[in-house]
Amino acid sequence: MLSIKNLYANVEGKEILKGIDLEIKTGEVHAVMGPNGSGKSTLANVLTGNKSYEITSGEVWFEGKNLLEMDPETRAREGMFLAFQYPIEIPGISNATFLKTALNEIRKYKGEPELTPKEFLDLIKEKAKVLGLDESLISRAVNVGFSGGEKKRNEIFQMLMLEPKFALLDETDSGLDIDALRIVSNGVNIFRKSDNAVLVVTHYQRLLDYIIPDFVHVLSKGRIIKSGGKELALELEEKGYDWIKEEEVDTSTKLEAEKV
Amino acid sequence: MVNSKEFYIENFKTFVEKLNGQSKLFLHEIRKDALKQLAEMDFPTNRNEEWKYTNVSPILKQNFVPAVNTSAPDFSKEEINKFLFNDFDYHLLVFVNGIFSEELSEIGALPKGVVVGSLNKTAKDNPQLITAYFNKISKTDNAFNALNTLYAFDGLAAIVPDGKVLEKPIQVLYLNTSRDDLVLSQPRNLIVAGKNSQLSIIANYRGYGEKKYFTNIITEVFVDERAIVDLCKIQNESDKSYHIEKVQAHQKEKSVFNHYNITFGGAIVRNDINSRLDDQNIETHYYGLYLAGGKQHVDNHTFIDHAKPNCMSNELYKGILDDNSRGVFNGKIIVHQDAQKTNAYQQNKTILLSKTAAIDTKPQLEIFADDVKCSHGATVGHLDETSEFYISSRGVPQELAKSMLIRAFANDVIETIKIEPLKEQINHMIFEHLHRVEIVNSEESR
Ligand SMILES: Nc1ncnc2c1ncn2[C@@H]1O[C@H](COP(=O)(O)OP(=O)(O)OP(=O)(O)O)[C@@H](O)[C@H]1O
Ligand SMILES: [Mg+2]
Repeated sequence: MLSIKNLYANVEGKEILKGIDLEIKTGEVHAVMGPNGSGKSTLANVLTGNKSYEITSGEVWFEGKNLLEMDPETRAREGMFLAFQYPIEIPGISNATFLKTALNEIRKYKGEPELTPKEFLDLIKEKAKVLGLDESLISRAVNVGFSGGEKKRNEIFQMLMLEPKFALLDETDSGLDIDALRIVSNGVNIFRKSDNAVLVVTHYQRLLDYIIPDFVHVLSKGRIIKSGGKELALELEEKGYDWIKEEEVDTSTKLEAEKV
Repeated sequence: MVNSKEFYIENFKTFVEKLNGQSKLFLHEIRKDALKQLAEMDFPTNRNEEWKYTNVSPILKQNFVPAVNTSAPDFSKEEINKFLFNDFDYHLLVFVNGIFSEELSEIGALPKGVVVGSLNKTAKDNPQLITAYFNKISKTDNAFNALNTLYAFDGLAAIVPDGKVLEKPIQVLYLNTSRDDLVLSQPRNLIVAGKNSQLSIIANYRGYGEKKYFTNIITEVFVDERAIVDLCKIQNESDKSYHIEKVQAHQKEKSVFNHYNITFGGAIVRNDINSRLDDQNIETHYYGLYLAGGKQHVDNHTFIDHAKPNCMSNELYKGILDDNSRGVFNGKIIVHQDAQKTNAYQQNKTILLSKTAAIDTKPQLEIFADDVKCSHGATVGHLDETSEFYISSRGVPQELAKSMLIRAFANDVIETIKIEPLKEQINHMIFEHLHRVEIVNSEESR
């Protein structure tokens, strides 16, 4: 589904991603972990087409198409979705208007008819129920005055409404209380199908107790320095990141030594 | 070519000949005073502090023939229909180049004693209703004011006696156009709301055709004790036209005056919106929205004059400027020594959509009382790129994301309009306007 090859990206002239390689197949769940500032959100922004990030080399293929050539809206219509680490507040636009516009743009792209007001309402009710989302939030301006947890829940609500093929969840678990974490994870698990894929960015193993990943990757200083199964997350929880960094340092000094 | 001042003074003779017997009315004495005033003053230049950022010389480069001295084109009801706000009940008055059209208007039934109609007719039939107010609320601040008064002939007269409430709003369509000559259209409006009365006016300024014209308006508003007046101006004149209006309101005790000022059209636009709060417990609200693109120049000067204690004024002006357009906002508030316990708030927010659009914004607070609450703020910014990205990352095309954000920005102003269908139609105009701006842009960039 998604194939990232040797991806490099800059922000404001500073190199953040330094050669990312990642293969994600349909039906899989991947988790990306890694220290603060390692480039996890940068990767998410680059994949969804944020223009503040400059790609300096590499390729990304999404369902056989060249992702990096598409503008953000086309990526979304092709099935890409990012649940933002810091959801944006948009005063003056209601959640309902926002979702209706997005949903109909995506449907138009796919050659599907617009939803009738009734269909739209029913869909909203169904998905809001999954997340235990207070329906009054739906008529309010997007994320304005929402609590931290409500914002995160709202991102997942949008994901359920838009039904993307590939969902990137950037620290959706941070700011959620224990019950909310369970509810939101449940929403993600309901979303998971054999024909879509999920990439979760997280700092905590506890999310991965609910959303069980097939693969765990460690991102450090713009590179994936280790990949493994779900047990890698447990190991990280226990030992932190330093031991991998040491491993990496070991190998690189060895290489240096070999060169000499 | 004679300069425009001489031209307008010269043309006055033709006007007087056309007036015949009407030159005996009280109105004509006022015109003659205006003639003297105009002769003694010059049109403003940038050296004049009040006109520092607005250069009116393009308006003075050609001589516009006063509408009273030239023939007006005929419009049918079908033709004017597309200019009207609809889906609600209203009393309709139509002015073509500032002159009342009996055929196109549909005033309908009015409460007893209420006069809503042509100023010209009212001045002839019931001068006693207006002599106490006409040209007494507004004084001549500049040559444009003098020019309006010099040719004062027709416009809206809305005289509501004490205790009367107009249930339906008055929609006034001012349709302006040049056919053969370049036309000077000069509506002269007088609104008098008696004690405990209520009325709501939609002043709908529209342009027709491709030719230049110049609209120069004075609107006088008297709001007596406990009266409530809503005056909602929506200006969508043609992009080649020039548009100047002075609104002068005079408010008495416990009255409420709400002024809405929405600008879409015009090459050079200047609004002076002034209110004198001349008694206690008065409320004044000013809401403004300006959308400009191309080379449009939109100047809003507002003035709230707090003369007495315990009044409140609240002002919110928002603008969206694209291309090479230029905005000016000058918000003057004077709180006189006597006006203790005044609450005065003012905000001006502008979004610039291009690197070449600009605004000069200036609050001008002069406070002589010590126990007052006043605040003002001015912001100039760009559309938030993060919000744009957020919306487009959900599948919404960038241009639509932009226009959603702009409409959201404008919403603070629009939502204060009380007539729901009018609100929707203004929102639609905003959408159309943005869309047109975008189309023009993409054509230019090819
Ligand atoms: N828009 C930006 N402008 C300037 N610097 C940026 C920007 N976005 C990211 N960076 C920088 O890039 C680096 C990587 O940031 P990124 O947000 O990708 O980290 P992260 O792995 O998501 O961290 P966290 O776990 O704290 O969310 C940081 O040093 C950050 O300061
Ligand atoms: Mg991050």
